[in-house]
Amino acid sequence: MLVFLARRMVQMLLVMIGVSLLLFLLLEIDIDNLAIKVLGPYSLPEARELWLDENGYRDPLPVRYIRWLGGVMTGDFGESVIYRVPVSDVLWPRLGNTAILGGLVLALVIPLALFFGVLAGMREGALRDRIISVSCILTTSVPEYASAPLLTVIFVFWLDLLPGTSNMVGGFQWQAMVLPVMVLVLYDFGYVARMTRASMAEVMTTHYIRTAILKGLPYRVVILKHALRNALIAPFTVIMLQLNWLLSGVIITEFFFSYKGFGALLLEASLNGDIFVIEACAIISVVVAVGSQLLSDLGYAALNPRIRIH
Amino acid sequence: MTDIALQKTAARESGIIRFFKGVALLRESRVGIAGATLVLFWVLMAVLADVFLALGLIFPPNAIFVSLQEPLSEFIVESGQSFDGLGGPVEEVCSLITSGDNQGKYDCGTFWLGTDMLGRDLWSRLVFGAQRVLFYAPIATIAAYAVGIPMGLAAGYKRGKTDDILSYIGNVILAFPPMVLFVVIISVLGSSGLNVILAVTLASAPGVMRIVRGITMDLRNREYVFAAETRGEPLWRILLIEILPNARGPIIVDAMLRMGYVIITIGALGFLGLGLPPPDPDWGGMITEFRAMIMAFPYMTVVPCIALSSLVLGFNLLADGLREVSLRD
Repeated sequence: MLVFLARRMVQMLLVMIGVSLLLFLLLEIDIDNLAIKVLGPYSLPEARELWLDENGYRDPLPVRYIRWLGGVMTGDFGESVIYRVPVSDVLWPRLGNTAILGGLVLALVIPLALFFGVLAGMREGALRDRIISVSCILTTSVPEYASAPLLTVIFVFWLDLLPGTSNMVGGFQWQAMVLPVMVLVLYDFGYVARMTRASMAEVMTTHYIRTAILKGLPYRVVILKHALRNALIAPFTVIMLQLNWLLSGVIITEFFFSYKGFGALLLEASLNGDIFVIEACAIISVVVAVGSQLLSDLGYAALNPRIRIH
Repeated sequence: MTDIALQKTAARESGIIRFFKGVALLRESRVGIAGATLVLFWVLMAVLADVFLALGLIFPPNAIFVSLQEPLSEFIVESGQSFDGLGGPVEEVCSLITSGDNQGKYDCGTFWLGTDMLGRDLWSRLVFGAQRVLFYAPIATIAAYAVGIPMGLAAGYKRGKTDDILSYIGNVILAFPPMVLFVVIISVLGSSGLNVILAVTLASAPGVMRIVRGITMDLRNREYVFAAETRGEPLWRILLIEILPNARGPIIVDAMLRMGYVIITIGALGFLGLGLPPPDPDWGGMITEFRAMIMAFPYMTVVPCIALSSLVLGFNLLADGLREVSLRD
């Protein structure tokens, strides 16, 4: 178990190094462009040269990479070009807002998806299963930027129940969270539910379930005691890997509802060429994604005794 | 008839016939039929868009007429007015109204879905938007497979170092939330059609690689691969002739799902203003354009949302139908 964990940790560390190298090469290899982005398109060429010299951009690439990586590891991402403050000052509050949004979404997606997935997988091919399966395909086919306008038309325009933007200028409002959460839940729910359904359906065909039914156990006990624990192993990993898709959707949803989260920050930065903010957001999102993978491995090992032998 | 005789007739059929027989199996899945219908509808619209335009059944997508017309409103023009999009003087192209309130004016067609704030026909932009997305999405998907399949075959067949290196590259790319990767790539490369294809290829190829790698690792231990190795067939023949055709089932199902996702991605990039450049119609871009007027003209935003979702739904249902059919036998 410990060996397995240690090996996964080393793998993830290697992946993180690869990710940082990729980001560094993509965004910082062209130093002239970097100087233009930081000092503005109308800056004097002499000023750019001076800036590059002063900040050590003339050093060889490996030296720059190591220095940059050191900064990133200690939370020093440089200064935002647009806000003129250290990136971390802008980033952490935004990340907090996104954590609230993402937490609410997960808190709804997990029970809903597991419940409907188990319900559908209990009797594969039955009417209930087909209705749930098709609805899941339907909701995963409507991307966030299509469901957001559709839900806005229904809840803001027709029913006049909820606010159409979530910028929270006048402090936190729970009504403003409803639409963004609903949009993300709708899109992410289907996939997890379908995975749960497939896993449950597979468990229901195993011999031990047949035995449990044949020895006369009540159906409720068969489902709750025998089937569920095995059926929930696969969805658990899927939910953790789903975080990657959730973060993708968060960018779009935050942009649509002008929610001040980290996805909106990444987008603003990308449209304004705010390179250090892009780097910081990308790194943080990968750390969250990779970290959740590690958690998923841990949980998988805890739930499934068979894997501990490896 | 014996089994052997049956197999012989089956073997004599050409690959094309067998392919269409496989497609015909889809009719057993109602879900698959529904998906195929949706996809075919948009494909037909995309293919016939230029024909419609040439026949005058549809307005040009970028031509400017009268702004903010209601859906189903007739395009009534007085004699002497001229519009570039009509392709000629009003008196020649349009039909004269001989009775009613508008007697003496000209009817130049119907705005089936109305016009947008600039006065462009929404239905026409929708159809040409379909053409655009159904041009870029298949190219991007095929490019992702063209990169991912060789990587997967090499990793799954060679194992060892090759597998380690390729899987590592894949893991690095898959560690990114997809949208983050797109935003980073587009902000470095700039937004253009080619860069959208490049970004989608880079982001999707590792996923394709993983699937192909998994299947290859399973197939490489089959007798026919051993036989080919013993015969001394070259590596490319073993990979492309022996292994790849036998891996096609899961690959086709995955391709349909991936196509749906690529359409979502292209739409998302258009929605975020990072995608294909204006003024040509783009579904994601249309959603952003009309978003500001959602309280005044909700149908305008709803139309491209439904178009895009229906196309994605089509591909997803098709994938589900194909999977159902392929699992049956």
